[in-house]
Amino acid sequence: MSRITYREALRQGLREALARDPRVFLMGEDVGRYGGTFAVSKGLLDEFGEQRIRDTPLSELGFVAAGVGAALGGMRPIVEVMTVNFSLLALDPLMNTAAALRHMSGGQFSVPLVVRMTTGAGRQLAAQHSHSLEGWFAHIPGLKILAPATLEDARGMLWPALQDPDLVLLFEQGALYNQEGELDESEVVDIRSARVRREGRDLTLIAYGGTLGKALAAAEQLAGEGVSAEVIDLRVLRPLDDATLMASVRKTRRALVVDEGWRSGSLAAEIIARIVEQAFYDLDAPPARVCSAEVPMPYAKHLEDAALPQVPAIVAAAKGLLGLA
Amino acid sequence: MIEFKLPSLGADMDEGTLLEWRIAPGAAVRRGQVVAVVDTAKAAVDVECWQDGTVLDLLIQPGDKVPVGTPIATLLEEGETAETVQRPAHAAKPARPAAAPRSATSAAFAAPPTSRPRISPAARTRAAERGVDANRLSGTGPQGAVTLADVEAAARQAKPLDRHAAMRQAIAAAMSRSKREIPHYYLAETVPLGAALAWLAAHNAGLAPERRLLPGVLLLKAVALALRDYPQLNGFWQDGAFRPAAGIHLGVAVALRQGGLIAPALHDVADQPLTPLMEALGDLVQRARSGSLRSSELSDATLTVTQLGDQGVDGVFGVIYPPQVALVGVGRLAERPWVEGGKLCVMPTAQFSLAADHRASDGHYGARFLAEVRRLLQTPDSL
Repeated sequence: MSRITYREALRQGLREALARDPRVFLMGEDVGRYGGTFAVSKGLLDEFGEQRIRDTPLSELGFVAAGVGAALGGMRPIVEVMTVNFSLLALDPLMNTAAALRHMSGGQFSVPLVVRMTTGAGRQLAAQHSHSLEGWFAHIPGLKILAPATLEDARGMLWPALQDPDLVLLFEQGALYNQEGELDESEVVDIRSARVRREGRDLTLIAYGGTLGKALAAAEQLAGEGVSAEVIDLRVLRPLDDATLMASVRKTRRALVVDEGWRSGSLAAEIIARIVEQAFYDLDAPPARVCSAEVPMPYAKHLEDAALPQVPAIVAAAKGLLGLA
Repeated sequence: MIEFKLPSLGADMDEGTLLEWRIAPGAAVRRGQVVAVVDTAKAAVDVECWQDGTVLDLLIQPGDKVPVGTPIATLLEEGETAETVQRPAHAAKPARPAAAPRSATSAAFAAPPTSRPRISPAARTRAAERGVDANRLSGTGPQGAVTLADVEAAARQAKPLDRHAAMRQAIAAAMSRSKREIPHYYLAETVPLGAALAWLAAHNAGLAPERRLLPGVLLLKAVALALRDYPQLNGFWQDGAFRPAAGIHLGVAVALRQGGLIAPALHDVADQPLTPLMEALGDLVQRARSGSLRSSELSDATLTVTQLGDQGVDGVFGVIYPPQVALVGVGRLAERPWVEGGKLCVMPTAQFSLAADHRASDGHYGARFLAEVRRLLQTPDSL
């Protein structure tokens, strides 16, 4: 085991992929000479050269569409979009082309493209760089949506994503880049399943990406108050791993979803709908969720903190489900 | 056609379990006849029918537990035959309680609660599996919702036919309701009983022991006669108003040997001479202890009298049994120093207390009632 950051784990994953498969290349704004806006690709230009680490103009529509074309042409491109907010400029190649092409070509074409983007708030980057729109993308059939929250997933999800014949979106939570820990080299990473990150009896906290750490902290605090919370890391936002979710909810009979997205029409809403559809008769309380306030993300630190799901709110909601509030 | 519905056999009874039918389809039934034995939380009770008729259908089976007001049998009125009446849908087959239909003809069906009790889906499912009535549980979940754990706890506690626990529950429910709803006031009066006991000794002299009167019956009679003049203490507080009772039926608190108590009604106490009253009292106590009370005895007491003097207490301040509005307590009958005519003497006395519902009467009224009881006991001939 080695002590590294989430950023370094992502870089390890990139380096390994670039080394393993000559068809793999990385492109995006400032990924080369600058080393990546969040320094994820730092040093890779020197290691792999300009052909494989390509700086692009400031045109998400252009370089994402180029990635789609390269994938159709037999390459295994990794496209970095600086933040998910900017990906809105590239929705057309992502949704109208990449997600639809297998269907529209009667199975003749697939788009084996991986798009990495930063998501989430917590770094005072305000309302154009901080939103959590992965729930929107999880609405689109034909996509696979990944949300690594651990070092192992940060390093290990990229390679299986590149093996997938269709478009995979990989969401990196910006506030996690400096998270440091021991990387468990032995962990086998898949891109199909949700994982139980902490076992518990009394309720299930469902989180992913940036909210996993908060859910685990809340579970720790709840344990001090005699409440045993199970914590599930969704990992894969589409397709959702219903079986793992339902097994946990059937055991604990209570579910609380922690989602940095806005509440209305959120991924949390979808998860709760599925729980109600599939595990209604096992529930002991109405499913609950802690989401972001429905406002453009504020710049001011105290307002940003107030807008995001935080541990005290998670603890309070959990206790509410148990009738302890 | 008459629908015979499970009567309420006490203010704390919500449902009953049929133990036995004493009638069969085709049998003639007379008013006052015992038609069934029903287990309430407190006792096995003989249930009387209050109409004449011929049994058409028995709608529930022994072992079925149904809410008060559920039709349990149908009777044909005079002139009707099975062919001329239209049987309601539920008469076609012996209905299990869960399947009891809520047809328009059974209007007495307990009205559905205005809001559905909060029972979690998991609790509801488990309650059905375990045969637990989740509607009666108090929940520990959010907003008091009944959870699966609550159902399982209840299922563990529910021992089949635990009469003792059930009676404790029934007493707990009635007494909690009483203290929650009834603004009690309390009065006490020490009553000299020299004249009454002397009269009793003279009356009993030469009588065989089983023919003798006990002081208790004298006290009951005095209370009943006093109630004639103080009707605001004899009746029920129902639907926000006092409803005086037509008769004077005293609930006699009887401690049961296995624990708990029951207060069956001694009927028409004011109208009966002492000797038959004594016999009726002995019979009532004996049947209360053997568990064979009649439904009317359990449901229609108009005021309860509790005598704890045997236990050696000087006085008792009782908790009113709702919907009654008063309770008379009698403490130990003992010789005590007494001043009469300016002289100290030894006098047998007992403390009479009144616990009364301040919604139905006031302290001044209650005081006059106790004084009347005292006055009556000074002239035992009048009893």
